[in-house]
Amino acid sequence: MKIDVAELLDNMGADLQQHIDNAAREDPIIVGVHTGGVWIAQHLHKRIGNEAPVGELNIAFYRDDFSRIGLHPTVEPSKLPFDVNDRHLILVDDILYTGRTVRAAMNEIFDYGRPSSITLVVLVERGGRELPIQADIVGTRLTLAASEHVKLLGPDRLRLELCKAKT
Amino acid sequence: MNQQLDEQGRLKHFLTIEGLSRALLTEVLDSAERFAPVGERAVKNVPLLRGKTVVNLFFEPSTRTRTTFELAAKRLSADIINLNIAASATSKGESLTDTLRTLEAMQCDMFVVRHQNSGAAEFIADQVAPHISVINAGDGRHQHPTQAMLDMFTIRRAKQHFDGLVVAIVGDITHSRVARSEIQALNTLGVAEVRVVGPKTLIPTQVEALGAKVFNRIEDGIAGADVVMMLRLQQERMNSPLLPSAQEYFQAYGLTERRLKLAANDAVVMHPGPINRGVEIDSAVADGSQSVILHQVTHGIAVRMAVMSLVIGTHAAAGAS
Repeated sequence: MKIDVAELLDNMGADLQQHIDNAAREDPIIVGVHTGGVWIAQHLHKRIGNEAPVGELNIAFYRDDFSRIGLHPTVEPSKLPFDVNDRHLILVDDILYTGRTVRAAMNEIFDYGRPSSITLVVLVERGGRELPIQADIVGTRLTLAASEHVKLLGPDRLRLELCKAKT
Repeated sequence: MNQQLDEQGRLKHFLTIEGLSRALLTEVLDSAERFAPVGERAVKNVPLLRGKTVVNLFFEPSTRTRTTFELAAKRLSADIINLNIAASATSKGESLTDTLRTLEAMQCDMFVVRHQNSGAAEFIADQVAPHISVINAGDGRHQHPTQAMLDMFTIRRAKQHFDGLVVAIVGDITHSRVARSEIQALNTLGVAEVRVVGPKTLIPTQVEALGAKVFNRIEDGIAGADVVMMLRLQQERMNSPLLPSAQEYFQAYGLTERRLKLAANDAVVMHPGPINRGVEIDSAVADGSQSVILHQVTHGIAVRMAVMSLVIGTHAAAGAS
Protein backbone atom coordinates (compact mmCIF):
# COMPACT_ATOMS: atom_id res chain seq x y z
CA MET A 1 0.00 0.00 0.00
CA LYS A 2 1.54 3.30 -1.04
CA ILE A 3 1.02 5.38 2.09
CA ASP A 4 3.98 7.17 3.61
CA VAL A 5 3.47 6.60 7.33
CA ALA A 6 6.32 8.97 8.29
CA GLU A 7 4.59 11.79 6.42
CA LEU A 8 1.27 11.01 8.12
CA LEU A 9 3.01 11.10 11.50
CA ASP A 10 4.50 14.52 10.70
CA ASN A 11 1.07 15.88 9.83
CA MET A 12 -0.53 14.26 12.87
CA GLY A 13 2.17 15.74 15.12
CA ALA A 14 1.49 19.23 13.75
CA ASP A 15 -2.30 18.78 14.02
CA LEU A 16 -1.99 17.48 17.55
CA GLN A 17 0.24 20.37 18.63
CA GLN A 18 -2.30 22.81 17.21
CA HIS A 19 -5.16 20.97 18.91
CA ILE A 20 -3.33 21.13 22.26
CA ASP A 21 -2.59 24.84 21.81
CA ASN A 22 -6.12 25.74 20.70
CA ALA A 23 -7.78 23.92 23.56
CA ALA A 24 -5.11 25.11 26.04
CA ARG A 25 -4.57 21.57 27.21
CA GLU A 26 -1.34 22.01 29.08
CA ASP A 27 1.06 19.20 29.81
CA PRO A 28 -0.90 16.35 28.21
CA ILE A 29 0.08 12.72 28.64
CA ILE A 30 0.23 10.32 25.71
CA VAL A 31 -1.15 6.79 25.99
CA GLY A 32 -0.91 4.19 23.22
CA VAL A 33 -3.04 1.06 22.77
CA HIS A 34 -1.01 -2.13 22.26
CA THR A 35 0.65 -2.81 19.92
CA GLY A 36 0.44 -0.44 16.97
CA GLY A 37 -0.96 2.44 19.01
CA VAL A 38 2.11 2.40 21.26
CA TRP A 39 4.41 2.70 18.23
CA ILE A 40 2.45 5.70 16.94
CA ALA A 41 2.33 7.19 20.46
CA GLN A 42 6.13 6.96 20.76
CA HIS A 43 6.57 8.87 17.49
CA LEU A 44 4.08 11.55 18.53
CA HIS A 45 5.73 11.76 21.95
CA LYS A 46 9.02 12.68 20.26
CA ARG A 47 7.30 15.30 18.14
CA ILE A 48 5.32 16.87 20.99
CA GLY A 49 8.27 16.54 23.35
CA ASN A 50 6.50 16.34 26.70
CA GLU A 51 8.11 15.07 29.86
CA ALA A 52 5.87 12.22 31.02
CA PRO A 53 6.75 8.85 29.44
CA VAL A 54 4.39 7.17 26.98
CA GLY A 55 1.66 5.16 28.73
CA GLU A 56 0.78 1.73 27.35
CA LEU A 57 -2.63 0.10 27.47
CA ASN A 58 -3.24 -3.58 26.91
CA ILE A 59 -7.00 -3.76 26.76
CA ALA A 60 -7.21 -7.58 26.90
CA PHE A 61 -9.08 -7.49 30.23
CA TYR A 62 -11.65 -5.01 28.91
CA ARG A 63 -12.47 -6.56 25.55
CA ASP A 64 -16.11 -7.37 24.91
CA ASP A 65 -15.35 -10.64 23.11
CA PHE A 66 -13.89 -12.60 26.07
CA SER A 67 -17.12 -14.59 26.30
CA ARG A 68 -16.64 -15.61 22.66
CA ILE A 69 -12.91 -16.16 22.22
CA GLY A 70 -11.43 -16.39 25.72
CA LEU A 71 -8.30 -14.68 27.01
CA HIS A 72 -6.16 -12.89 24.43
CA PRO A 73 -2.64 -14.32 24.31
CA THR A 74 -0.70 -11.06 24.47
CA VAL A 75 2.20 -10.66 26.84
CA GLU A 76 2.73 -6.97 27.62
CA PRO A 77 0.83 -5.59 30.62
CA SER A 78 -0.67 -2.11 30.78
CA LYS A 79 1.73 0.54 32.06
CA LEU A 80 0.49 3.96 33.08
CA PRO A 81 3.47 5.29 35.07
CA PHE A 82 1.68 8.52 36.11
CA ASP A 83 -1.43 9.70 37.88
CA VAL A 84 -4.17 10.21 35.27
CA ASN A 85 -6.43 12.20 37.60
CA ASP A 86 -7.13 15.71 36.28
CA ARG A 87 -4.72 15.26 33.35
CA HIS A 88 -5.35 15.74 29.66
CA LEU A 89 -4.90 12.39 27.95
CA ILE A 90 -3.96 11.83 24.32
CA LEU A 91 -5.20 8.32 23.49
CA VAL A 92 -3.47 6.87 20.44
CA ASP A 93 -4.37 3.85 18.32
CA ASP A 94 -3.33 2.67 14.87
CA ILE A 95 -6.65 1.82 13.21
CA LEU A 96 -10.12 3.09 14.16
CA TYR A 97 -12.70 0.62 12.84
CA THR A 98 -15.63 -0.63 14.96
CA GLY A 99 -14.75 1.61 17.93
CA ARG A 100 -14.78 -1.32 20.35
CA THR A 101 -11.07 -1.08 21.17
CA VAL A 102 -11.42 2.61 22.05
CA ARG A 103 -14.45 1.81 24.24
CA ALA A 104 -12.39 -0.82 26.09
CA ALA A 105 -9.40 1.55 26.39
CA MET A 106 -11.53 4.32 27.90
CA ASN A 107 -13.05 1.89 30.42
CA GLU A 108 -9.56 0.84 31.45
CA ILE A 109 -8.34 4.44 31.76
CA PHE A 110 -11.19 5.27 34.13
CA ASP A 111 -10.10 2.42 36.40
CA TYR A 112 -6.85 4.33 36.87
CA GLY A 113 -8.57 7.63 37.62
CA ARG A 114 -10.57 10.51 36.16
CA PRO A 115 -8.74 12.43 33.45
CA SER A 116 -9.77 16.02 32.60
CA SER A 117 -10.14 15.11 28.96
CA ILE A 118 -9.32 12.45 26.41
CA THR A 119 -8.32 13.29 22.84
CA LEU A 120 -8.41 10.41 20.37
CA VAL A 121 -5.64 10.22 17.76
CA VAL A 122 -5.56 7.49 15.09
CA LEU A 123 -3.27 6.79 12.16
CA VAL A 124 -6.04 5.34 9.99
CA GLU A 125 -9.76 5.85 10.17
CA ARG A 126 -11.96 3.50 8.20
CA GLY A 127 -15.73 3.12 8.03
CA GLY A 128 -17.61 0.47 9.97
CA ARG A 129 -18.17 2.08 13.36
CA GLU A 130 -20.40 0.02 15.67
CA LEU A 131 -20.21 2.50 18.55
CA PRO A 132 -20.59 6.31 18.68
CA ILE A 133 -16.85 7.08 18.76
CA GLN A 134 -14.90 9.51 16.58
CA ALA A 135 -11.27 10.52 16.39
CA ASP A 136 -10.07 14.11 16.96
CA ILE A 137 -6.87 13.75 14.94
CA VAL A 138 -6.71 11.41 11.93
CA GLY A 139 -3.65 10.52 9.83
CA THR A 140 -5.62 9.28 6.84
CA ARG A 141 -9.13 8.07 5.98
CA LEU A 142 -9.53 4.87 3.96
CA THR A 143 -12.60 3.44 2.30
CA LEU A 144 -12.36 -0.33 2.57
CA ALA A 145 -14.71 -3.24 1.96
CA ALA A 146 -15.68 -5.31 5.00
CA SER A 147 -13.53 -8.14 3.63
CA GLU A 148 -10.44 -5.92 3.55
CA HIS A 149 -8.17 -5.37 6.52
CA VAL A 150 -5.48 -2.81 7.08
CA LYS A 151 -2.64 -3.55 9.46
CA LEU A 152 0.25 -1.53 10.82
CA LEU A 153 3.62 -3.28 10.65
CA GLY A 154 6.62 -2.21 12.71
CA PRO A 155 8.13 -1.11 14.97
CA ASP A 156 11.37 -0.43 13.03
CA ARG A 157 9.93 0.96 9.84
CA LEU A 158 6.24 1.67 10.27
CA ARG A 159 4.19 0.70 7.21
CA LEU A 160 0.61 -0.18 6.41
CA GLU A 161 -0.41 -3.46 4.86
CA LEU A 162 -3.73 -4.13 3.20
CA CYS A 163 -5.03 -7.70 3.10
CA LYS A 164 -8.17 -9.53 2.12
CA ALA A 165 -9.75 -11.51 4.92
CA LYS A 166 -9.91 -15.24 4.30
CA THR A 167 -13.50 -16.32 3.83
CA MET B 1 -5.78 -37.48 26.77
CA ASN B 2 -5.08 -35.06 29.59
CA GLN B 3 -8.36 -34.49 31.41
CA GLN B 4 -7.62 -30.81 32.02
CA LEU B 5 -7.06 -29.91 28.35
CA ASP B 6 -9.58 -29.48 25.53
CA GLU B 7 -9.12 -30.81 21.97
CA GLN B 8 -7.01 -27.77 21.05
CA GLY B 9 -4.71 -28.29 24.03
CA ARG B 10 -6.08 -25.33 26.00
CA LEU B 11 -6.57 -25.49 29.77
CA LYS B 12 -10.20 -26.10 30.70
CA HIS B 13 -9.50 -27.24 34.26
CA PHE B 14 -6.38 -26.80 36.36
CA LEU B 15 -5.93 -30.00 38.34
CA THR B 16 -2.29 -31.03 38.25
CA ILE B 17 1.09 -29.91 36.93
CA GLU B 18 1.70 -33.43 35.66
CA GLY B 19 1.48 -33.68 31.89
CA LEU B 20 1.45 -29.92 31.21
CA SER B 21 3.98 -28.65 28.68
CA ARG B 22 6.58 -25.98 29.27
CA ALA B 23 4.72 -23.77 26.78
CA LEU B 24 1.51 -24.04 28.80
CA LEU B 25 3.20 -23.32 32.13
CA THR B 26 4.94 -20.35 30.50
CA GLU B 27 1.58 -19.10 29.20
CA VAL B 28 0.22 -19.16 32.77
CA LEU B 29 3.27 -17.22 34.02
CA ASP B 30 3.07 -14.68 31.17
CA SER B 31 -0.66 -14.15 31.78
CA ALA B 32 0.02 -13.64 35.49
CA GLU B 33 2.56 -10.94 34.58
CA ARG B 34 -0.27 -9.02 32.93
CA PHE B 35 -2.58 -9.42 35.93
CA ALA B 36 0.05 -8.40 38.50
CA PRO B 37 -0.18 -4.62 37.83
CA VAL B 38 -3.96 -4.68 38.37
CA GLY B 39 -3.33 -5.09 42.12
CA GLU B 40 -1.30 -1.88 42.17
CA ARG B 41 -4.01 0.32 40.65
CA ALA B 42 -6.52 2.60 42.35
CA VAL B 43 -9.33 0.34 41.12
CA LYS B 44 -8.00 -3.17 41.71
CA ASN B 45 -10.42 -5.03 39.47
CA VAL B 46 -10.98 -5.67 35.80
CA PRO B 47 -14.32 -6.65 34.23
CA LEU B 48 -13.09 -9.87 32.64
CA LEU B 49 -15.25 -12.41 34.54
CA ARG B 50 -18.21 -10.13 35.20
CA GLY B 51 -21.33 -12.25 35.58
CA LYS B 52 -19.43 -15.47 36.33
CA THR B 53 -19.99 -17.29 39.60
CA VAL B 54 -17.14 -19.06 41.36
CA VAL B 55 -17.60 -21.42 44.31
CA ASN B 56 -14.78 -21.99 46.76
CA LEU B 57 -15.50 -25.60 47.65
CA PHE B 58 -13.35 -26.29 50.68
CA PHE B 59 -13.59 -29.70 52.30
CA GLU B 60 -10.49 -28.94 54.36
CA PRO B 61 -9.80 -25.73 56.26
CA SER B 62 -7.55 -23.15 54.62
CA THR B 63 -7.10 -19.45 55.15
CA ARG B 64 -4.58 -18.03 52.73
CA THR B 65 -5.34 -20.21 49.71
CA ARG B 66 -9.07 -19.60 50.09
CA THR B 67 -8.57 -15.88 50.66
CA THR B 68 -6.30 -15.39 47.65
CA PHE B 69 -8.70 -17.32 45.40
CA GLU B 70 -11.48 -15.13 46.74
CA LEU B 71 -9.50 -11.95 46.06
CA ALA B 72 -8.50 -13.19 42.61
CA ALA B 73 -12.14 -13.85 41.69
CA LYS B 74 -13.21 -10.47 43.03
CA ARG B 75 -10.47 -8.66 41.13
CA LEU B 76 -11.79 -10.33 37.97
CA SER B 77 -15.30 -9.04 38.86
CA ALA B 78 -16.67 -12.56 39.33
CA ASP B 79 -19.09 -13.35 42.12
CA ILE B 80 -17.69 -15.81 44.62
CA ILE B 81 -19.17 -17.78 47.45
CA ASN B 82 -17.26 -19.70 50.08
CA LEU B 83 -18.60 -23.09 50.95
CA ASN B 84 -17.10 -24.80 53.95
CA ILE B 85 -18.30 -28.30 53.23
CA ALA B 86 -16.91 -29.83 56.41
CA ALA B 87 -19.48 -27.80 58.31
CA SER B 88 -22.18 -28.01 55.66
CA ALA B 89 -24.31 -30.44 53.71
CA THR B 90 -22.11 -33.54 53.89
CA SER B 91 -22.40 -33.43 57.68
CA LYS B 92 -26.14 -33.76 57.10
CA GLY B 93 -25.53 -36.85 55.00
CA GLU B 94 -25.68 -35.37 51.47
CA SER B 95 -23.44 -37.20 48.98
CA LEU B 96 -20.70 -35.32 47.09
CA THR B 97 -22.51 -35.87 43.80
CA ASP B 98 -25.70 -34.38 45.21
CA THR B 99 -23.77 -31.38 46.51
CA LEU B 100 -22.29 -30.84 43.04
CA ARG B 101 -25.70 -31.16 41.35
CA THR B 102 -27.12 -28.63 43.78
CA LEU B 103 -24.35 -26.13 43.07
CA GLU B 104 -24.74 -26.64 39.31
CA ALA B 105 -28.43 -25.87 39.70
CA MET B 106 -27.36 -22.55 41.21
CA GLN B 107 -25.77 -21.78 37.80
CA CYS B 108 -22.15 -21.68 38.92
CA ASP B 109 -19.27 -21.52 36.44
CA MET B 110 -16.27 -22.65 38.44
CA PHE B 111 -15.41 -24.78 41.44
CA VAL B 112 -12.20 -24.18 43.35
CA VAL B 113 -11.69 -27.41 45.28
CA ARG B 114 -9.64 -28.16 48.39
CA HIS B 115 -9.96 -31.71 49.68
CA GLN B 116 -8.11 -33.98 52.09
CA ASN B 117 -8.18 -36.91 49.64
CA SER B 118 -5.73 -37.25 46.75
CA GLY B 119 -7.51 -37.24 43.39
CA ALA B 120 -10.60 -35.39 44.65
CA ALA B 121 -10.32 -32.51 42.16
CA GLU B 122 -9.99 -34.93 39.23
CA PHE B 123 -13.01 -36.86 40.48
CA ILE B 124 -15.07 -33.68 40.70
CA ALA B 125 -13.91 -32.50 37.26
CA ASP B 126 -15.21 -35.82 35.91
CA GLN B 127 -18.59 -35.37 37.58
CA VAL B 128 -19.46 -31.77 36.78
CA ALA B 129 -21.49 -30.45 33.85
CA PRO B 130 -19.37 -29.63 30.78
CA HIS B 131 -19.59 -25.84 31.18
CA ILE B 132 -18.00 -25.88 34.63
CA SER B 133 -14.27 -25.41 35.24
CA VAL B 134 -12.54 -27.00 38.21
CA ILE B 135 -9.38 -25.70 39.86
CA ASN B 136 -7.46 -27.84 42.30
CA ALA B 137 -6.61 -25.84 45.42
CA GLY B 138 -4.88 -28.81 47.05
CA ASP B 139 -5.89 -32.47 47.21
CA GLY B 140 -4.44 -34.76 49.88
CA ARG B 141 -0.77 -35.48 49.29
CA HIS B 142 -1.25 -35.25 45.54
CA GLN B 143 -1.08 -31.77 44.01
CA HIS B 144 -1.34 -28.06 44.72
CA PRO B 145 -0.79 -26.69 41.23
CA THR B 146 -1.60 -22.99 41.78
CA GLN B 147 0.86 -22.91 44.70
CA ALA B 148 3.52 -24.38 42.40
CA MET B 149 2.77 -21.78 39.71
CA LEU B 150 2.91 -18.83 42.11
CA ASP B 151 6.26 -20.15 43.30
CA MET B 152 7.47 -20.47 39.69
CA PHE B 153 6.29 -16.89 39.13
CA THR B 154 8.22 -15.73 42.21
CA ILE B 155 11.36 -17.55 41.06
CA ARG B 156 11.11 -16.09 37.56
CA ARG B 157 10.65 -12.59 38.97
CA ALA B 158 13.71 -13.05 41.22
CA LYS B 159 15.97 -14.88 38.75
CA GLN B 160 14.49 -13.90 35.33
CA HIS B 161 14.76 -17.45 33.97
CA PHE B 162 14.97 -21.09 35.05
CA ASP B 163 18.08 -22.22 33.12
CA GLY B 164 20.91 -23.34 35.33
CA LEU B 165 19.06 -22.85 38.64
CA VAL B 166 19.59 -25.19 41.58
CA VAL B 167 16.48 -25.39 43.76
CA ALA B 168 16.42 -27.07 47.17
CA ILE B 169 13.09 -28.08 48.75
CA VAL B 170 13.52 -28.69 52.47
CA GLY B 171 11.16 -30.45 54.88
CA ASP B 172 8.41 -33.05 54.95
CA ILE B 173 8.41 -34.14 51.31
CA THR B 174 6.34 -37.28 51.90
CA HIS B 175 3.20 -35.53 53.06
CA SER B 176 3.59 -32.47 50.83
CA ARG B 177 1.37 -31.91 47.80
CA VAL B 178 3.24 -28.64 47.34
CA ALA B 179 6.58 -30.45 46.95
CA ARG B 180 5.19 -32.85 44.34
CA SER B 181 3.77 -30.03 42.21
CA GLU B 182 6.94 -27.96 42.62
CA ILE B 183 9.26 -30.77 41.50
CA GLN B 184 7.19 -31.34 38.35
CA ALA B 185 6.90 -27.64 37.52
CA LEU B 186 10.61 -26.95 38.09
CA ASN B 187 11.65 -29.87 35.89
CA THR B 188 9.17 -28.93 33.15
CA LEU B 189 10.45 -25.35 33.15
CA GLY B 190 14.01 -26.63 32.85
CA VAL B 191 15.96 -25.85 36.02
CA ALA B 192 19.39 -27.47 36.31
CA GLU B 193 18.72 -29.41 39.51
CA VAL B 194 15.91 -30.05 41.96
CA ARG B 195 16.97 -31.26 45.41
CA VAL B 196 14.79 -32.57 48.18
CA VAL B 197 16.19 -32.28 51.66
CA GLY B 198 14.91 -33.91 54.85
CA PRO B 199 15.17 -36.83 57.23
CA LYS B 200 14.85 -40.26 55.60
CA THR B 201 11.48 -40.75 57.30
CA LEU B 202 10.01 -37.74 55.43
CA ILE B 203 11.34 -38.43 51.92
CA PRO B 204 9.27 -40.77 49.75
CA THR B 205 11.19 -43.61 48.18
CA GLN B 206 10.04 -42.88 44.61
CA VAL B 207 10.99 -39.19 44.64
CA GLU B 208 14.04 -39.69 42.40
CA ALA B 209 11.72 -40.92 39.66
CA LEU B 210 10.09 -37.46 39.73
CA GLY B 211 13.48 -35.92 38.97
CA ALA B 212 14.82 -34.84 42.35
CA LYS B 213 18.13 -35.54 44.10
CA VAL B 214 17.85 -36.62 47.73
CA PHE B 215 19.88 -35.06 50.54
CA ASN B 216 19.52 -35.94 54.22
CA ARG B 217 21.74 -33.17 55.64
CA ILE B 218 20.50 -29.62 55.11
CA GLU B 219 24.10 -28.33 54.88
CA ASP B 220 24.68 -30.56 51.84
CA GLY B 221 21.25 -29.94 50.34
CA ILE B 222 21.35 -26.15 50.25
CA ALA B 223 25.05 -25.80 49.34
CA GLY B 224 25.23 -23.49 46.33
CA ALA B 225 21.44 -23.44 45.85
CA ASP B 226 19.86 -20.46 44.06
CA VAL B 227 16.46 -21.02 45.63
CA VAL B 228 15.73 -22.53 49.05
CA MET B 229 12.11 -23.53 49.53
CA MET B 230 11.17 -24.38 53.08
CA LEU B 231 8.09 -26.50 53.69
CA ARG B 232 5.88 -26.15 56.72
CA LEU B 233 6.29 -28.87 59.30
CA GLN B 234 2.68 -29.68 59.96
CA GLN B 235 1.82 -29.37 63.63
CA GLU B 236 -0.42 -32.40 63.40
CA ARG B 237 2.55 -34.54 62.38
CA MET B 238 4.94 -33.30 65.05
CA ASN B 239 3.84 -35.89 67.55
CA SER B 240 4.25 -38.73 65.09
CA PRO B 241 7.04 -41.30 65.51
CA LEU B 242 8.44 -40.16 62.12
CA LEU B 243 9.78 -37.03 63.72
CA PRO B 244 11.89 -35.77 66.56
CA SER B 245 10.58 -32.84 68.61
CA ALA B 246 10.18 -29.37 67.09
CA GLN B 247 13.38 -28.24 68.81
CA GLU B 248 15.33 -31.22 67.51
CA TYR B 249 13.94 -30.65 64.02
CA PHE B 250 15.08 -27.03 64.11
CA GLN B 251 18.53 -28.17 65.26
CA ALA B 252 18.82 -30.55 62.32
CA TYR B 253 16.81 -28.85 59.53
CA GLY B 254 15.88 -25.31 60.57
CA LEU B 255 17.03 -22.63 58.11
CA THR B 256 19.24 -20.25 60.04
CA GLU B 257 21.35 -17.33 58.81
CA ARG B 258 24.46 -19.43 59.32
CA ARG B 259 23.14 -22.25 57.13
CA LEU B 260 21.79 -19.89 54.50
CA LYS B 261 25.38 -18.66 53.93
CA LEU B 262 26.05 -22.08 52.36
CA ALA B 263 23.61 -21.29 49.53
CA ALA B 264 24.45 -18.97 46.63
CA ASN B 265 25.10 -15.36 47.72
CA ASP B 266 21.98 -14.15 45.94
CA ALA B 267 19.81 -17.13 46.91
CA VAL B 268 16.15 -16.42 47.67
CA VAL B 269 14.23 -18.06 50.50
CA MET B 270 10.65 -19.19 49.94
CA HIS B 271 7.93 -20.72 52.11
CA PRO B 272 4.33 -21.53 51.13
CA GLY B 273 3.11 -20.50 54.57
CA PRO B 274 1.93 -20.45 57.20
CA ILE B 275 5.43 -20.43 58.69
CA ASN B 276 6.44 -22.01 62.00
CA ARG B 277 9.11 -19.65 63.29
CA GLY B 278 11.78 -21.54 65.16
CA VAL B 279 10.68 -24.91 63.75
CA GLU B 280 11.60 -24.97 60.05
CA ILE B 281 12.85 -21.40 59.71
CA ASP B 282 14.52 -18.85 61.95
CA SER B 283 12.75 -15.48 62.27
CA ALA B 284 15.90 -13.66 61.14
CA VAL B 285 15.76 -15.57 57.82
CA ALA B 286 11.98 -15.35 57.37
CA ASP B 287 12.15 -11.56 57.79
CA GLY B 288 15.58 -11.17 56.18
CA SER B 289 16.61 -9.52 52.93
CA GLN B 290 16.74 -12.81 51.02
CA SER B 291 13.19 -13.80 51.96
CA VAL B 292 10.52 -13.49 49.23
CA ILE B 293 7.82 -15.11 51.37
CA LEU B 294 5.45 -12.14 51.28
CA HIS B 295 6.00 -11.67 47.54
CA GLN B 296 4.73 -15.24 47.14
CA VAL B 297 1.45 -14.20 48.76
CA THR B 298 1.02 -11.17 46.48
CA HIS B 299 1.96 -13.18 43.39
CA GLY B 300 -0.58 -15.83 44.37
CA ILE B 301 -3.40 -13.43 43.53
CA ALA B 302 -2.07 -12.62 40.03
CA VAL B 303 -1.37 -16.28 39.26
CA ARG B 304 -4.85 -17.33 40.37
CA MET B 305 -6.39 -14.54 38.30
CA ALA B 306 -4.48 -15.87 35.29
CA VAL B 307 -5.52 -19.49 35.85
CA MET B 308 -9.19 -18.59 36.42
CA SER B 309 -9.28 -16.42 33.28
CA LEU B 310 -7.57 -19.04 31.13
CA VAL B 311 -9.89 -21.90 32.09
CA ILE B 312 -13.10 -19.86 31.97
CA GLY B 313 -11.90 -18.36 28.68
CA THR B 314 -11.43 -21.84 27.23
CA HIS B 315 -14.98 -22.79 28.21
CA ALA B 316 -16.30 -19.51 26.78
CA ALA B 317 -14.54 -20.05 23.47
CA ALA B 318 -15.72 -23.66 23.28
CA GLY B 319 -19.31 -22.64 24.00
CA ALA B 320 -19.29 -19.98 21.28
CA SER B 321 -17.78 -22.06 18.48
